[in-house]
Amino acid sequence: MKDVILVLSSFLASAVEMVEALTIVLAAGVARGWRSSLIGAGAAAAALAVVVAVLGPALTVIPIDALRLVVGALLLVFGLQWLRKAILRASGYKALHDEDEIYARELSEAQSAPHEERAGVDWYGFTLSFKGVFLEGLEVAFIVLTFGSTNGNIPLAALGAAVAIVLVAAVGVLVHAPLTRVPENTLKFTVGIMLTTFGIFWGAEGAGAHWPGEDAAIFGVLAFVIGWSALMVTLLKRRRLQIVTA
Amino acid sequence: MSRVTAFGRFWWDFIVGDDWVSAAGVAIGLAVTAAVGAWWVLPIAVALVLTLSLVRAVRA
Repeated sequence: MKDVILVLSSFLASAVEMVEALTIVLAAGVARGWRSSLIGAGAAAAALAVVVAVLGPALTVIPIDALRLVVGALLLVFGLQWLRKAILRASGYKALHDEDEIYARELSEAQSAPHEERAGVDWYGFTLSFKGVFLEGLEVAFIVLTFGSTNGNIPLAALGAAVAIVLVAAVGVLVHAPLTRVPENTLKFTVGIMLTTFGIFWGAEGAGAHWPGEDAAIFGVLAFVIGWSALMVTLLKRRRLQIVTA
Repeated sequence: MSRVTAFGRFWWDFIVGDDWVSAAGVAIGLAVTAAVGAWWVLPIAVALVLTLSLVRAVRA
């Protein structure tokens, strides 16, 4: 069961971030040429591979309790950020992520930027694509490494991420447009809940606490995080409705 | 901006982001859990931190 959650978490986190990276790579490709955009995306993927290759083995030599404390803290910080934004979007306090709008903005900025050629590529297109893939991918790399190392199975976590990357890239090539129909907020909500749940579980264990029921306690934590998040959405929706009708 | 400052800022933005209250709350929650050694401290701390973070975001 833990393996399924591990693969699912990596897959969903990667899928969401890949959809966002794809929007930027598409905008860079259409506005500045595909060669620069694809070289930028490829360079970012190579840089991410280096990060994973360096950090992955380093994480495996850290004692498990210290690792769980650090991983728990990181997952909680990331998870709470995802969860906060997802709750604000679900309750109407923040606009839903609009890939069409982001694509149009990136496209417009890329079209108006001056042409500068370095090392045979359009520099703006290269850096736009590189930054998009690297920054979106870095969080995925962290999630894959922390989830994988704490579960003692980095390859399985990497498999979930790889399937998502291939899937989104394939759909992107076929559709040749931003993936607007992906329910991004639902996916982000799910990932936020998973990261926060594992962050609480491993963070508390790493800090020296013992869960009643051992590993089965994770389902109790999951239910608590889902319940509290749902309560927050309900309360914020009600508050917003009161303000609107007042 | 020096490269060291830019590097530090990048990691601050990447990990802490625009909500330092959550990061500080997580650190305090883990410290209290380590001091008390009780499993129930962190879930309560996280619920409080999330609520506080949402209240701040809504007011902003």
